[in-house]
Amino acid sequence: MPKTACVRTVSSAVRTPTSTFKGRQKPMNIFHAMGLTLLFLMTTLSSSGAAEADLRAIIAKFATVTDFSETGAVVQELTATGDPSVERPLAALADGNLYVRTADSMVFVGKEGDENVQLFDPLSGEAAGEASEDDISKISVNNTLRRAIRDALGTLTLGSKDPTVRIAAADTMFKTPDAANIGPLDAAIASESVASVKSLLEQARAASILVSDNPDADKLAAIALIGARGDRSAVSLLTSVEANASGAVKEAASAAIANINSTLALWDAGQNIWYGISLGSVLLLAAIGLAITFGVMGVINMAHGEMVMLGAYTTFVVQQVIRTSFPGLFDWSLVIALPLAFLVAAFVGLVIERGVIRFLYGRPLETLLATWGVSLILQQAVRSIFGPTNQEVGNPSWMSGSFDVGQLAITWNRLWILVFALTVFGVLLYVMKRTPWGLQMRAVTANRRMAASMGIRTPWVDALTFALGSGIAGIAGVALSQIDNVSPNLGRGYIIDSFMVVVFGGVGNLWGTLVGAFSLGIVNKVLEPYAGAVLGKIVVLVLIILFIQKRPRGLFALKGRAVEA
Amino acid sequence: MRGNFATITKMFSASVVAAGLMMSAPAKAAEDTIKVGILHSLSGTMAISETTLKDAMLMLIEQQNAKGGLLGKKLEAVVVDPASNWPLFAEKARELISKDKVAAVFGCWTSVSRKSVLPVFSELDNILFYPVQYEGEESERNVFYTGAAPNQQAIPAVDYLMSKDGGSVKRWVLEGTDYVYPRTTNKILEAYLKSKGVAAEDIMTNYTPFGFSDWQTEVSAIKKFGSTGKKTAVVSTVNGDANVPFYKELGNQGIKAEDIPVMAFSVGEEELAGLDTKPLVGHLAAWNYFESVNTPENKKFIADWHKFIKNNKRTTNDPMEAHYIGFNMWIKAVEKAGTTDPDKVIDAMIGVSVPNLTGGYSTMMPNHHITKPVLIGEIQANGQFQTVSKTPGLVMGDEWSDYLPDSKDLISDWRAPLSCGNFNVKTGKCGGKGTN
Repeated sequence: MPKTACVRTVSSAVRTPTSTFKGRQKPMNIFHAMGLTLLFLMTTLSSSGAAEADLRAIIAKFATVTDFSETGAVVQELTATGDPSVERPLAALADGNLYVRTADSMVFVGKEGDENVQLFDPLSGEAAGEASEDDISKISVNNTLRRAIRDALGTLTLGSKDPTVRIAAADTMFKTPDAANIGPLDAAIASESVASVKSLLEQARAASILVSDNPDADKLAAIALIGARGDRSAVSLLTSVEANASGAVKEAASAAIANINSTLALWDAGQNIWYGISLGSVLLLAAIGLAITFGVMGVINMAHGEMVMLGAYTTFVVQQVIRTSFPGLFDWSLVIALPLAFLVAAFVGLVIERGVIRFLYGRPLETLLATWGVSLILQQAVRSIFGPTNQEVGNPSWMSGSFDVGQLAITWNRLWILVFALTVFGVLLYVMKRTPWGLQMRAVTANRRMAASMGIRTPWVDALTFALGSGIAGIAGVALSQIDNVSPNLGRGYIIDSFMVVVFGGVGNLWGTLVGAFSLGIVNKVLEPYAGAVLGKIVVLVLIILFIQKRPRGLFALKGRAVEA
Repeated sequence: MRGNFATITKMFSASVVAAGLMMSAPAKAAEDTIKVGILHSLSGTMAISETTLKDAMLMLIEQQNAKGGLLGKKLEAVVVDPASNWPLFAEKARELISKDKVAAVFGCWTSVSRKSVLPVFSELDNILFYPVQYEGEESERNVFYTGAAPNQQAIPAVDYLMSKDGGSVKRWVLEGTDYVYPRTTNKILEAYLKSKGVAAEDIMTNYTPFGFSDWQTEVSAIKKFGSTGKKTAVVSTVNGDANVPFYKELGNQGIKAEDIPVMAFSVGEEELAGLDTKPLVGHLAAWNYFESVNTPENKKFIADWHKFIKNNKRTTNDPMEAHYIGFNMWIKAVEKAGTTDPDKVIDAMIGVSVPNLTGGYSTMMPNHHITKPVLIGEIQANGQFQTVSKTPGLVMGDEWSDYLPDSKDLISDWRAPLSCGNFNVKTGKCGGKGTN
């Protein structure tokens, strides 16, 4: 990846903060107001923006800025023109894509290519050739500037044709209310045709009314509208209103806050349950392979976590190949990695079973030590091949971001992992209960000698069962690479949890693993907000120990001869 | 050859000499070399961070030998692997000093590993260079601290966030891994914030275990804490591997740096290498060095590093710079003292000044800490940091924090006649105790 072009501006930390602004007021407000009024006038008069030459003259000032406050001044000047075409250079600046060509101090929007940066005109967006990294310098931004630009763009893009842009604009204006916004918002509401966008615009307008000098009747109506929105940003807005208002408005705001908070408390409880289910699905994925090797076969496999790690590294290798050779396939990388991870981990599992474990059946202590040794060998092997540092495994676009259900934010990657964990569980259950191979596996577990005399090749069933368990750990690694870091230590974090789930759920019972994983996940996550992550984990461990005292064979104990064998 | 290096080291434990140096230092000249011990974990959990430092030290030693060695002798690296196992650190340190007779040791990462080797170094009277930012509250005669003390990282970082440039933050989340460095640093920060007029209900402190990977609850708690209308920031002392899932969750739950910036003290270029940084642009880190710093010294250092490690993608980071400074200081002090005898070198170290990689000089102070500039950087889409703020001058490491009641009266001065690491200015006695 190309290095960032040399940084233009480095500000000094000693600048003393001069924040004389109170409450929700922002230094940008006056410029907002000017920009909005201009924008408003222009849309009504349908004139064609400020003269292009003027805009270019302002943009050219970016070439001479020396620190963030000067950049901020130019941004304000651009916003004040109220011309919608300043969106392109401002958005580029916020994304860190605005460059100055050293030779002639011209300002361009740049797009980083493999070697050179492609340049585009900041206003028209026409291609303007390319330049090497050494010939141009990036105009740097910081968070304060990014926020100022975002706020400015919010008001400028209110009239955009794209509804998602209008939604973003309404959202920004809701969060940064300003009395001067009321006029443009009224105009926007009048011309809005999409109902969902319209209600957001009305909420933004209500927020602006609350900070304006409008009569109390207007404000009470606004509070009712915002109270109906019912989310955290509504609470934070109303809290500041409550602090600054008096009389009926203050009371209405307090009532609305109390109302929203009681609903939010319910949502919070729901959120904890969802987090618990999500943690449960991760535990299930990590433990399900172990439910086969330890649960069904009785092998204490300390190298189980390393199988997960191998699956994650397979995903990394697949993504590397895709990045270099077939970049278009990136969104499919996980689907491609799944069978490969299964095969890699299953093969390694097979080798371990044939090479080590088969000599140690019935000697749990030796198995434990031997597989612990194997896990160290695998870790160090991966460290030698890939290096000790984390490897970057990207999230495909369909696994990034989140969506809202009511006041619940559900992240896509967690949802997909839950779906995936349940699918793997379903498939495994089918294999165990409905296929001849599954029947043989259960037969060998139930009574090895009887199974052997029925003509089942027990050594091969053992080997394949172990390979199956390892392979499933491998595909768990594909999923876990999406939420954890891919390093040689990846498996270490899951081995204890996996054993806990299998022992708690009942050794030898797949349903026990499912119930065990989800109950541990939910208990853990419900405790966490009150007890903290460290204490929460301790409490869960103590609970498990107490539970095992009462029921040594776990939630769903196997009955019958297998238990005595 | 490099590939199986770690395995060889493990097999032959301490006695193996770095492969490259074996050729440059033939057997007959064995007594004519000066041995330098490298005590970094090459296996176990900490290998992820410490292996890089071992390689950096090998590079520095190789470069010094190419320049003609030290006092007319070649340097010889002795690499041992304490395997992320704290008691083993003490054993390996003893082995390096007693058996291999090293002149100085460069090593340790975690505070607990440093605490475990301290008695060995004072008993056998040798020198340890410790290159990692740490919680302070310590000053030992035999240790030189080349990483940042809290006032060289945490305090300036919080100052930046409170400034107008940093967003005038009013509400603070102190998020850390549950061990000594975050707990002490957060104690100092809490005291500091309160001294600046931040109310107790505007500070939320939370700890998670090592290697924590399910951050959903914590991140949504941060979101909730930050939705009161007051500008909120997270100060993160989350350590090592737990950072990647933390940042992934932040990105997925849509917490943007413009709204709630995260200022990290343990996230460097190396940690970001395992991450898609596009959703993280604008989150911050405070260090004394960034790979992106544009100075001729740094450019040369990066070029040398890429050549040595034979990989153009390997990043450089702050603890590497600390070793660079520490090693050059040791060379200078040995030349000044004319001997590698630890007693003489310890005395010669104070006042030694060498160039750092950010375009200035770092000096060893009488409290065995060094002067450094403090840089605040924003994460960029390419996994590097862009410096957004730099202290105007160098900051001197303050070992005993002024913000903790136990340690505010303590000072450290290892020059004669005081020669004390914990002198209490109130009682006028040596032997004060800080926090922890």
